[in-house]
Amino acid sequence: MMRRYGPTALLAVLLVTLPLWLPYVGGYSALGTKILIYGLATMALNLLLGFTGGLSFGHAAYFGLGAYGAGMTLKYIAPSTPLAIIVGTLVGGLAATLLGPLVMRRRGIYFAMITIAIGQLFYFLIVRWNNVTGGEDGLSGFQRQPLHFGNWVFDVRNETKYYYLVLVCFAVAVYIMRKLLASPLGHTWVAIRENQRRARFLGVRTDLYVWAAFAISGTLTALAGTLNAMLFNFTSPQDLHWILSGNFVIMIVLGGMRNFWGPLIGVIIFVVAQDYLSSLTDNWMTLIGLLFVLIVLLFPKGILGMLQRRRSA
Amino acid sequence: MQLLLFNAFNGLIQGAFYALMALGLALILSLNSVINMAHGGFLVIGAYLAYTLSPWLGFWGALVAGPLCAAAIGLVVERVLIRPLYKRPDPLYTLLLTFGLALIIEDMTRRIWGSQGLPFQVPDVLNSPVSSVFFFITGYRLLVVAITVVAVVGLYLVLRHTRLGIRIRAGTLDLETVSVLGVNIYRLRALNFAIGCLLAGLAGVLAAGVLGLTPPMGSSLIMPSFVAVIVGGVGSLVGSILGGLLIGVAAGITTTYFPAASEAVIYLIMLIVLVVRPRGLLGQEGLFE
Repeated sequence: MMRRYGPTALLAVLLVTLPLWLPYVGGYSALGTKILIYGLATMALNLLLGFTGGLSFGHAAYFGLGAYGAGMTLKYIAPSTPLAIIVGTLVGGLAATLLGPLVMRRRGIYFAMITIAIGQLFYFLIVRWNNVTGGEDGLSGFQRQPLHFGNWVFDVRNETKYYYLVLVCFAVAVYIMRKLLASPLGHTWVAIRENQRRARFLGVRTDLYVWAAFAISGTLTALAGTLNAMLFNFTSPQDLHWILSGNFVIMIVLGGMRNFWGPLIGVIIFVVAQDYLSSLTDNWMTLIGLLFVLIVLLFPKGILGMLQRRRSA
Repeated sequence: MQLLLFNAFNGLIQGAFYALMALGLALILSLNSVINMAHGGFLVIGAYLAYTLSPWLGFWGALVAGPLCAAAIGLVVERVLIRPLYKRPDPLYTLLLTFGLALIIEDMTRRIWGSQGLPFQVPDVLNSPVSSVFFFITGYRLLVVAITVVAVVGLYLVLRHTRLGIRIRAGTLDLETVSVLGVNIYRLRALNFAIGCLLAGLAGVLAAGVLGLTPPMGSSLIMPSFVAVIVGGVGSLVGSILGGLLIGVAAGITTTYFPAASEAVIYLIMLIVLVVRPRGLLGQEGLFE
């Protein structure tokens, strides 16, 4: 009992109390929110990458579509936070669902190449459709709105309160992903990752399962995108650039892609390192690049992967 | 009409760069099983080193030296960083590694040469228009087309008639058998990687004369080159050339009528090809499925 739920319970306590202790270790509230958002995005991507074996290198597209969906809803349709979250998530999720059939039969290198290129399509759409999206300068002029529950108002314009809204979304998404992975669907995903041909010979329509993984993963990544846009009340084409897609993947590998919580560990290290390095030097891009190279050469299994191997050895 | 021709010709030049890049990407993809995200980085290295060397070597010398430098650096990168990863079958790791390299190269270029654009001097003879009606056809642009054709034909002859080329082609079909027959596949893959970087460097020098030099020139040219490989069909070298020229010209023509969509049209063509003919124009069926 303790062994099984202990780590999750500990993580839950740490996350719920985070705004209380984060300032003492040198963080700030928005940093905690950003970690949760990126944690959600990468854990969703890891459903596809780590559990189904589909190397998507274009997931920033769905993150960005979620962000633009939410921002444009707040700006042009109605000033409502829940509506923005729903519309943004649906826009990103719909795009992933529609594009899934183009990649679901491919494997490995080809899967990666097509997802990269499709990601760039949305990047250019957003950049060039500038009278609506703000083009290169990004979309601004919207703000997240207080939540109304009858007479009670939860004003998420406050940063700490917004953190808790994000935490609720994160917890719901994590619960969904846990349930999915424990279900027959999740087991089939793992079977496809381990040996797709064998799964197909057993009569599994592997393409449909990969499609499902792509659609669900894209939808939850879009949810993270909506939350990200409202965190900064701003979104820019950088939120769907392939560099962000690459960052998502390296965060997952850094934490450990065979582990459910691995991506979150990777996000914490990467986001804090990026935050620190970009304040330290102008050449932080080189340092991030070196980080990529070192992780690939020295820690291919990620931090949790290494810990687990040591424990079992 | 003249505007259309002008833009189509511009697109053809742009397509030549895409084709050279895509050709190198396709070579590295099929023999080394590496998606080289740093391919744009090698283009930048070729272009900037040619710029730096041109005061000593002159334009023609730099045109040769730039790509050779890119190939030499490619050899070192392959030996030190990529070779240890061949034993991991997952393409994820080389993808991430070359992605990191792309970031490093772009940042270092900015540090060494500055983030401002630099002009690449082309001999005056080449800059004058060839005809007064078709003012946009300068000698330099014709040179770009000519050199691209020479490079493509040269590569074809190498792959067709030399021992190295035959081994490369055999290796893309069945690397294990080639290795069992006594070929040093490590050296084969290294040389193949260098050839790919040579083509990227050549594209860089040629592009520098048309577009000028900026640190992000690599990352802006690499994505269309990926699309060119996909449109042409993964595994087909002729396909990647065709794909590059096709999307270049299509983007050029679109500029005439609807400039804002000139990039989107590239990706639109890719989507159409993926829906109508998933293996690409000249790709083999069943590859990478």
